[in-house]
Amino acid sequence: MVLPTFKEWIEKTFGASLEHKTTSRASLNVNDVPPSIVNEEFLQDLRATKISYSQDAEDRVFRAHGHCLHEIFVLREGMFKRIPDIVVWPVCHEDVVKIVELACKHNLCIIPFGGGTSVSSALECPEDEKRTIVSLDTSQMNRILWIDEKNLTACVEAGIVGQDLEKQLAESGFCTGHEPDSMEFSSLGGWVATRASGMKKNIYGNIEDLVVHIKMVTPRGIVEKNCQVPRMSTGPDIHHFIMGSEGTLGVVTEVTIKIRPIPEYQKYGSVVFPNFERGVACLREVAKQRCAPASIRLVDNAQFQFGHALKPQVASIFTSFLDGLKKFYITKFKGFDPNILCVATLLFEGDREKVLQHEKQVYDIATKFGGLAAGEDNGQRGYMLTFVIAYLRDLGLDYYVIGESFETSVPWDRVLDLCRNVKERIVRECKEKGVQFAPLSTCRVTQTYDAGACVYFYFAFNYRGISDPIHVYEQIERAAREEILANGGSLSHHHGVGKLRKRWMKESISDVGLGMLRSVKEYVDPNNIFGNKNLL
Amino acid sequence: MATAAAAAAGRARRGSPMYSKELTSKKRDEFEDILEERRLSSDLRYAMKCYTPVIYKGLSPCKPNAIKSAVLRSEQVQYVIKQLAKEMGESPDIIQEEATEILDEMGHRMQLGAVRFFAFTLSKIFKQLFQRVCVNEEGMQRLQHAIQEHPVVLLPSHRSYVDFLMLSYLLYTYDLALPVIAAGIDFLGMKIVGELLRRAGAFFMRRSFGGNRLYWAVFAEYVKTMLRSGYAPIEFFLEGTRSRTAKTLTPKFGLLSIVMEPFFKREVFDTYLVPISISYERILEESLYAYELLGVPKPKESTSGLLKARRILSDNFGTIHIYVGQPVSLRTLASGRISRCPYNLVPRHLPQKPSEDIQEFVSDVAYKMELLQIENMVLSPWVLVATVLLQNLPAMEFELLIEKTLWLKGLTQTFGGFIEWPDNLCAKKAVLSGLTLHSNIARLVDGHVVLNDKGAEDGAVGEIVFRHALAVLMCATYRNQLLNVFVRPALVAVTLQMAPSFRKEEVYSCFNFLRDVFSDEFIFFPGISLKDFEEGCFLLTKCDAIQTSQQEIYPTDKGSGTVSFLSAMFRPFVEGYQLIFRYLSKEMKEAFTEKQFIPGVRNFVFQLLEKGSTQCYEALSSDMQKNALSALVQLGAVKKKKMPNGFTYNVNQEAVSKILDMFDARIPVQKPVAARL
Repeated sequence: MVLPTFKEWIEKTFGASLEHKTTSRASLNVNDVPPSIVNEEFLQDLRATKISYSQDAEDRVFRAHGHCLHEIFVLREGMFKRIPDIVVWPVCHEDVVKIVELACKHNLCIIPFGGGTSVSSALECPEDEKRTIVSLDTSQMNRILWIDEKNLTACVEAGIVGQDLEKQLAESGFCTGHEPDSMEFSSLGGWVATRASGMKKNIYGNIEDLVVHIKMVTPRGIVEKNCQVPRMSTGPDIHHFIMGSEGTLGVVTEVTIKIRPIPEYQKYGSVVFPNFERGVACLREVAKQRCAPASIRLVDNAQFQFGHALKPQVASIFTSFLDGLKKFYITKFKGFDPNILCVATLLFEGDREKVLQHEKQVYDIATKFGGLAAGEDNGQRGYMLTFVIAYLRDLGLDYYVIGESFETSVPWDRVLDLCRNVKERIVRECKEKGVQFAPLSTCRVTQTYDAGACVYFYFAFNYRGISDPIHVYEQIERAAREEILANGGSLSHHHGVGKLRKRWMKESISDVGLGMLRSVKEYVDPNNIFGNKNLL
Repeated sequence: MATAAAAAAGRARRGSPMYSKELTSKKRDEFEDILEERRLSSDLRYAMKCYTPVIYKGLSPCKPNAIKSAVLRSEQVQYVIKQLAKEMGESPDIIQEEATEILDEMGHRMQLGAVRFFAFTLSKIFKQLFQRVCVNEEGMQRLQHAIQEHPVVLLPSHRSYVDFLMLSYLLYTYDLALPVIAAGIDFLGMKIVGELLRRAGAFFMRRSFGGNRLYWAVFAEYVKTMLRSGYAPIEFFLEGTRSRTAKTLTPKFGLLSIVMEPFFKREVFDTYLVPISISYERILEESLYAYELLGVPKPKESTSGLLKARRILSDNFGTIHIYVGQPVSLRTLASGRISRCPYNLVPRHLPQKPSEDIQEFVSDVAYKMELLQIENMVLSPWVLVATVLLQNLPAMEFELLIEKTLWLKGLTQTFGGFIEWPDNLCAKKAVLSGLTLHSNIARLVDGHVVLNDKGAEDGAVGEIVFRHALAVLMCATYRNQLLNVFVRPALVAVTLQMAPSFRKEEVYSCFNFLRDVFSDEFIFFPGISLKDFEEGCFLLTKCDAIQTSQQEIYPTDKGSGTVSFLSAMFRPFVEGYQLIFRYLSKEMKEAFTEKQFIPGVRNFVFQLLEKGSTQCYEALSSDMQKNALSALVQLGAVKKKKMPNGFTYNVNQEAVSKILDMFDARIPVQKPVAARL
């Protein structure tokens, strides 16, 4: 694929030049890797269980990190101070039970590992952990155990990766509809452990809406419910201790999840708004009328231009002519300022007829807010962008550009103020910290709810001339989070807390709230076997 | 110990101290005379010039009427309207109607035509009245940047009606967006002029509307709407009214907290507060103020009054200095001080009483801004002359006056005062030119300088006292400009003469007492008494007036002159307060109102002056009388009660005599003392 305008965009936006390049290390230097320290008695016990394991350096480093910027940076330039000592691959629930028993017996630390897509430093090993760290890789527990077509549920092992789950369900004509941006890599167990959210939550719901039953192995034993019912009133829902526990209580082994027949028809769409304010007002109205399509997102101008830069080379002169014509219509005829306008991308799903009806309803609302339909292509490209962006970060790193995304949720009336202030704060902080070129600081409203929205920020800058870019980056990210909280936003909508955002937990859920969580941890895991130190 | 801990906590909480020791060597910008160009080119062309001001980057332009209807439609105002309708059982439409009327009374109607009219006439008038109008151009440039970046609030000092006319004139001259100005409703009493001001961007607020919820809601929302949209810089006076004494008045918090709220609620990213110091070599209203302080009532603002004031046009009022301070970012001030929770848990349009945290922060910011105003107030040579002269009445030898003035100039500079000595004039010429400009206050007779209390030679005793008081108060207006710069070292000096011993803890305790007593008279940043004390000691040490040992603070032989000069400078306040306190402890047995108190205490002092048993003419000033009363209220020696028809006061005789005893240093040190002294 050729991206004719991308180079120009990169140079314009970051002041980056393709001549200035950094190179990452081609391969891992085994001598840098901390040695694996594992007690021989445990190894004997482990061998007896026939569960496969590895003490190989590469296997261990691979499971020592998630996808935070600083983690990627360490991978390129240095080495983690602490990594797992051993990796184990259970293939079923019983294997996990055995491993947890052994860990309790030998007083080891277990860190569950699913897809490795964490962006909250959740997978980093605590540096001061003296015990042997066992990385429990769930990737071999990836079977669909059964499908119940009458109740539309499926029981699945927690290690299955999103993409595989959908592929296998599709063979029977079903889907879960849960599509987080990371679905190529992230696992079902990971979704449960972090309270994940999917792109199409408007139809299928977030993970807490999808889950019917969870089985988790803890140092105290197995926790699960006695039936698989849509709802029960039996005190606080124990699922809610598990969802979002971030690997601090145990290992999720099996999940019963709702499934749906694969929708007959899918259609992308997009709407151009004269400015971001109008766009947000439209999304708010759509949410109010509860007619949000499977997905509706609003990208700000900077992100729109970014998406534009990623437009592939067009096939013929005719399409390029057509593009020019569209641009002319929108900017000259309709008077939209190309440096202010913003775009909403839409995805409809369902019966063909209903989709078309639904589509009309949404476009009618959009028109009231000055929106213009801008075609299916733009919509589709918008969704592609989300998946591409993670790869682009790696590309950017080669050219002294570092970047990251973060998210929050916020009440409707504060969306605009929060977006504006957080973006401005990032620009300001960059300036103060000596970043020479104005950063990319952009956002999109990515989910709508009755009472508010989820907002996603992308932030990247050119770090040429800065000696410690990661430190600068972390300061700015922290400032941005402070800004979010000051604007009435949440600590996280779906990325979770991990170790990256722990310092704000008390402020987020109050002392007593934190105490409640602590007391659960103390009962379930008194010896801190699940010692990844996330959350609390 | 407790004091030290409290002071330390205060410091930690309030961040860095207000007045840094580097202040004395602070570099300030150069001034430019904006009238110079006016004298050289056509006023008409100037008034008709192409005016394309720089504006806020996020501004979506709109008309004054659009703002009004946005205010009426706003959730904030609608909420209050519905609430009131429910409570009073009236239809919301009627209350809405009322709100519309309030808005019409309040709202400005800025029009370029009116602005141009003012540009023309003010050019004529200003050239007639003033020799020079000097502005720090760098300040104007900083302001220009600030206006584009974030909403701006202009906070000028208030000494004269000229203040806001001049400021708008200035912004027009520099092609900056004209401010909307919060003016007192009394201006509306002036026919034509009120409407003209309205068209030049003034909006009008009632003097008191604490109890009127609808008025408050409409007013607050009106100001906030203009601020949020960056429609225009908002201008108001922290002091609330013109200072009749040229001393900075203690700040009012209402409007300040309104303009700060959009930032607290994060409706704007930041807000710039710009302190502006406007200093007059000769204040237009000087004699009016003196009469007013002596109880001859202030004429109501009226157009005919204004026309009568025309004769002042033939007079010379010297130079005006306008120093536009560094814009202060509210965000920077607030960082780490404001807990965000209260604003996150309640919808932002609901009226919410500010938390204690916020109230304290608003008050701190207000004081900080006033201190910044004071820091950049220009002091003319005449201010020094007046100060020296008041200590040497009835007459002072001219040569000695010059010598003393020069000496005081040095001292003022050591204390960080901002003196503009015109064109490096020799001292004699500077003093002479001051005397010429202020010939209504003082004059040179036979090589001696005397107060110009014409009519005091003959006539009844009462008339003589009144005339003399008038002259003293006018003269004091100029001395007062020096007081805020001197107050910290001078109170240490006063203390050294009052305290029973030179022991540090006793000196500090006495300083602390005076600082509390004078907290309405002078501007002290709240809660940093120890810092103030140290600052005062530091400055006195710097000019070799005092020495400190491990346990003691005492004047040096060389510095005894300085110490007694400084305490003489503040003696009118020390004596005046004692007189007023004496009156309260002896005469006021029953509850009284302010309306009863002022004439009573005035008569009391007047009689003493007639008898010649005091020389403290300044105790006649109603400003001092009110401040003294409110000091007693704050010290708990007088109880203030709200009654249906205003406030009443009750004196606790015992407490007041105790305070009087403190002045005579008859009370031993009580307060525990800071360990780090």
